[in-house]
Amino acid sequence: MAKETGTDHVGVIGPEESLENGIHGKNLAKLEQLLKYYEAGDESLLIPLLQAAQKAYGYLSMKAMDRIAEYLRVSRSRVYSVATFYTQFHLLPRGENIIRVCTGTACYVRGGKAVLGVLENKLGLKAGETTDDLKFSLETVSCLGTCFLSPVMVINGKYYGKLTLQRTLDILEKYK
Amino acid sequence: MKKLKTHEDLEALSTSIRQAQNPDITRVRICMTGCRAYGAEEIRDAFEKEIRERGLQDKIEIVETGCHGFCAKAPVIGIDPQGIFYQQLTPEDVPEIVSETLMNGRVVERLIFQEPETDKRIPLTNDVPFYEKQMKMVLRNCGIVDPRNIKHYIARDGYSALNKVLSTMTPEDVINQVKKSGLRGRGGAGFPAGMKWEFARSAKGDTKYLICNADEGDPGAFMDRAVLEGDPHAIIEGMIIAAYAIGAETGYIYVRAEYPIAIEHLEVAIQQAEELGLLGENILGSGLNFRIKIKEGAGAFVCGEETALMASIEGRSGVPRPRPPFPATSGLWNKPTNINNVETLANIALIFLKDVDWYENLGTEKSKGTKLFALAGKVNNTGLIEVPMGITLREVIFDIGGGIPDGKEFKAVQIGGPSGGCLPAEYLDSPIDYDSLSSAGAIMGSGGMIVMDEDTCMVDVARYFMKFVQAESCGKCVPCRLGTKRMMEILDRIAEGKGKEGDVESLIDMAAAIKDSALCALGQTAPNPVLTTIKFFRDEYESHIRDKCCPAKVCPDLLSYRIDPEACKGCGLCKKNCPQEAISGERKQSHEIDPDLCIKCGICFDVCPFGAVIKA
Repeated sequence: MAKETGTDHVGVIGPEESLENGIHGKNLAKLEQLLKYYEAGDESLLIPLLQAAQKAYGYLSMKAMDRIAEYLRVSRSRVYSVATFYTQFHLLPRGENIIRVCTGTACYVRGGKAVLGVLENKLGLKAGETTDDLKFSLETVSCLGTCFLSPVMVINGKYYGKLTLQRTLDILEKYK
Repeated sequence: MKKLKTHEDLEALSTSIRQAQNPDITRVRICMTGCRAYGAEEIRDAFEKEIRERGLQDKIEIVETGCHGFCAKAPVIGIDPQGIFYQQLTPEDVPEIVSETLMNGRVVERLIFQEPETDKRIPLTNDVPFYEKQMKMVLRNCGIVDPRNIKHYIARDGYSALNKVLSTMTPEDVINQVKKSGLRGRGGAGFPAGMKWEFARSAKGDTKYLICNADEGDPGAFMDRAVLEGDPHAIIEGMIIAAYAIGAETGYIYVRAEYPIAIEHLEVAIQQAEELGLLGENILGSGLNFRIKIKEGAGAFVCGEETALMASIEGRSGVPRPRPPFPATSGLWNKPTNINNVETLANIALIFLKDVDWYENLGTEKSKGTKLFALAGKVNNTGLIEVPMGITLREVIFDIGGGIPDGKEFKAVQIGGPSGGCLPAEYLDSPIDYDSLSSAGAIMGSGGMIVMDEDTCMVDVARYFMKFVQAESCGKCVPCRLGTKRMMEILDRIAEGKGKEGDVESLIDMAAAIKDSALCALGQTAPNPVLTTIKFFRDEYESHIRDKCCPAKVCPDLLSYRIDPEACKGCGLCKKNCPQEAISGERKQSHEIDPDLCIKCGICFDVCPFGAVIKA
């Protein structure tokens, strides 16, 4: 197979588990498993490997990034710079429910800004933040390419389109 | 499947697939990509169940296809050979479709398209106005084939352009034919594709790379997503031909991580092409070796810029570098590299399938072929369309797009995303081609087309794009990093009602400086949305600055909400939903908004069933 990610072999672990194992770096076993599918020292694998690690842990801990740097034989600063450059990567644990509000042009023109506004208000979060109880993360995405659904949000991979403010709040209730 | 070793093997396979097709079978083509968000999977399941229970498996085939284009009516299906189009289906509609249409050939009237103005019901896809003016060339297989089945593609002349190229043409012939076709890059800038290939071919070096740029980052654009999901083999075939022409053995498809279905379909397609020997060593006995790898993007708009994209493939931050050297001489890992956009590559097979003169005659003098557009925003028929170059904006927005919803007035159309511009009604009759659009101040761009109505504030739109560019600027060069920030601050000020005389002139000055001096196309084109909105809607800027008024009633700082005591019935819906608890009032009595607590979110306006909330 042409693609280098091998994440299908590894289960995704929940946020509590990842907090315990990830943030203090006690358990990098999942990462070690992953590394077997990647060639050591090949720096072009940095982004795919960070993606795989994030898929497994939900976010990238410092320990995980350090281990990846060592494995690919690149500097820690390089790994940190790449991980902070791309919006896909998260350096802090994320919520159990991830709400991504599309802020693409079509959604914007059809009221996406207001959808984000009510969610920020209701959850007491700014875009990019996670609730203290790790229940919700609120994020924005530049465009999901589903403009015919606009305005649209995605909660845990499920698309909710043609939102009104009322419907947005009703949907949020289902996840509370 | 057996590996194909020669040109004759591929021809024989193509013939045998065609002969094995049962001409009497009815095919139900269900969009399983965009329509998935509307429950296409449940509809497929319902069809499978119904067909199984009635024992119709030999007579009816379900084809899970890519996008049919008419996304506004999702979920949609097509039934062939009759060519019937059913829209906005639910699983409950399925038994009736099976018993009426599939078993008895009768059309289910309530599920077909109804023309809004005349109430006329139209049963056949090709008669629906949305499809009538379109010309499906690049999208010829989208919505028809199962993108996860290479045989479907081969049955529709798939890989026969490759076969012709490898068996009868030299790489130079291929380049000459692409040059002759007049094909220009569909990613935005419109550089002639054949010339680009020629540069890469003549560059010195044994190792050369080919990249398909599938990092469709423009907000409001989903053309590439539809092709990647709906017809991945067309891109792969285009890439193999390009690889042969320039002499590359490795190709990359750099695709956005936000497109999981596209990635999945590409993976399947590459694997099937490898199994058949269409990718790998000595392809069809021609001596050509070529493999394709997928690289997932990681959410950075700037990676659509070619030098940033290559940095990202190399495993670095996606930061552009100055050109020259151009990728054709020194690109990926400093080797000669050719980068083409998805839609450009999807055009390649067409140029070789038919006579090149045929392709050359499509479109206008300097813009050949067709163009895909993602039609979205305030337009009735949102969706994916393919039109010949030279069609007018009016035909696209009103004839294909069905006009503006809710009887509102057309105000502008935004073309080309953050690098493009907003064109007003005066441009509705101008043709869509590279040169007409750039002379109007917009660009062809990748094909996002967002329609805006009278309720859209053009200052707010300019501010939206500037904010986007600000967030996506990689930070390497000063004009883009700081220049756009300063422009953003001025736009913020204007939208907040704190604009000063001279602000518009400052914006124009800064825009010119940034266009001249930014390192890459992201920065160089970033001022376009501001410049075009000033050019065509300067009065709106002036209302914000002089009268502290937002004519479209959008900018929150220039708005207030109040409740009309006459119209308010005291239902309490607004009070219940106000996130700020800014609304007070007893049941069945008129309510009031406390302006000090109100954050102008607009929920009350949205939920009031009596239109009693007034925005002023």
